[in-house]
Amino acid sequence: MLKLEHIGYEVEGNKEILHDINLELNDRFVAITGPNGGGKSTLAKIIAGILTPTEGRIWLDGEDITHLNITERARRGISYAFQQPVRFKGLRVRDLLGLAAGKTTGVTAACDMLSEVGLCARDYVDRELNDSLSGGEMKRIEIAMVLARGTKLSIFDEPEAGIDLWSFQNLIRVFEKMYEQTKGSILIISHQERILNIADRIIMIADGQVERMGTRDEILPALLSSTCKVLTDKME
Amino acid sequence: MIDQIQKDMLKAVADLDSLPVGAYNIRADGQSAARNTTANIDIVTKTDKPGIDIIIRPGTKKESVHIPVVISQSGLKECVYNDFFVGEDCDVVIIAGCGIHNCGAGDSQHDGIHSFFVGKNSKVRYIEKHYGDGDGAGKRVMNPESVVELAEGAEMQMETTQIGGVDDTLRKTTARLAAGAKLIIREALLTEGDQRADTDFTVTLDGEGASADVVSRTVAKGRSTQHYTSRVIGNAPCTGHTECDSIIMDQAKVTAVPELTANDLDASLIHEAAIGKIAGEQLVKLMTLGLTEQEAEEQIISGFLR
Ligand SMILES: Nc1ncnc2c1ncn2[C@@H]1O[C@H](COP(=O)(O)OP(=O)(O)OP(=O)(O)O)[C@@H](O)[C@H]1O
Ligand SMILES: [Mg+2]
Repeated sequence: MLKLEHIGYEVEGNKEILHDINLELNDRFVAITGPNGGGKSTLAKIIAGILTPTEGRIWLDGEDITHLNITERARRGISYAFQQPVRFKGLRVRDLLGLAAGKTTGVTAACDMLSEVGLCARDYVDRELNDSLSGGEMKRIEIAMVLARGTKLSIFDEPEAGIDLWSFQNLIRVFEKMYEQTKGSILIISHQERILNIADRIIMIADGQVERMGTRDEILPALLSSTCKVLTDKME
Repeated sequence: MIDQIQKDMLKAVADLDSLPVGAYNIRADGQSAARNTTANIDIVTKTDKPGIDIIIRPGTKKESVHIPVVISQSGLKECVYNDFFVGEDCDVVIIAGCGIHNCGAGDSQHDGIHSFFVGKNSKVRYIEKHYGDGDGAGKRVMNPESVVELAEGAEMQMETTQIGGVDDTLRKTTARLAAGAKLIIREALLTEGDQRADTDFTVTLDGEGASADVVSRTVAKGRSTQHYTSRVIGNAPCTGHTECDSIIMDQAKVTAVPELTANDLDASLIHEAAIGKIAGEQLVKLMTLGLTEQEAEEQIISGFLR
């Protein structure tokens, strides 16, 4: 469904962040992993239209979306849960979930997504997304927004970061449920073995390039045994 | 007596579809259009100058006073004095508001001076909305002035909103707090086009344990100009916090001038001011939810000013 062709991304001073990325995502659950600074979030932002690649083309279901802006891509069915969620003074959780869900789903159904991510809807819907929410709470709300959208491609950028150990298993269940109960595809950026373990396919990105790619069974054992410490445990 | 335009204005400034319950005084085009008093709240027309005295008996609880003002006559200028005498141990809500509809060439202007004398241990919630519309070349000008005197242990919460339509405004608030008194102010202000708004707060904390928390959130669009001044003077062990948080857009100009004076070792005074454009990442986040940039901007602003 999503195809990346020769994607390159350079910033001023000819610094190359991504180099000739070629990917075809046809599996429903793909995980991207790799060392810090490897270019994973940059790639996610390029897919969502937040960054424009300096090289290459992006296709979604046969349509060239390289020149579509963020809004147009969102409306074509791409959702992105940020690695660092954005805070808003004044906007409440219910406002954001309502906007995410759109008119057809409505706020009430969107608020059900809060329970999915382990937050009691009643306690949170009227909270502002300002500095008063903790990092883990922001992260969960960010995930709930993507669930509420229910689009054909959902990208999660290190959803496990800041989520406590106890809730981690529930988070895994959220993705499993999404996989079983929706038709959408999931693209997760993660350093967590337990998340990689439920992916159909794993892509390893390092130094701005695809270093390795294959089915879970092809990639995971090598990752776990290799001396290179890719899977840093990020949970607190 | 009240026509359709004035009815619409009443809806905008006081959320009124019909006459309110409790005490009220509705002023339309410079005249008192309707009035109601209760056993505990009396409203008396001033004899020496335009305006009214609102007298609230000690111990009055869970009552409200509405005093909306609407102007639909182009070129009308008025200066009105409303004095509130709130007795001890009260708990009341005061809803004020001013709407100017100007379709004509003359400038319409409402200057309102509200004085609040709040008795010991009383609680007052004051809600004020200002609103202008009409497509005449004449300006809609409002200069609200509030003078607040809080006796020992009195509490006042002021929520003031002016979102669009007012061409020129000087908003002046002066407050003096006795021991244990508490003042909370939340101001929301939006200017656009060539509008100008000046906000000026002076809070004097005279008694031990007095506290003031003044937060102003503003959005300046177009070529509008805003000037914000806050002065807090601590004359006793007290706490004061003022905050001015502004979103600036287009070619607007915003100035924030804080002034803190501590005349007591235990006066703890803080000012925060931030002026900046809408954060790019906020726009981006909302766009990833399918909003256009324009829609994202509207959401961010309306949330910010809520
Ligand atoms: N605008 C920029 N200018 C210079 N360098 C940049 C810019 N944007 C990103 N980079 C660099 O590009 C590299 C890739 O960043 P990116 O955020 O994509 O990494 P990541 O794989 O998501 O890392 P992490 O696991 O820490 O989240 C980093 O070295 C980063 O410092
Ligand atoms: Mg990253």
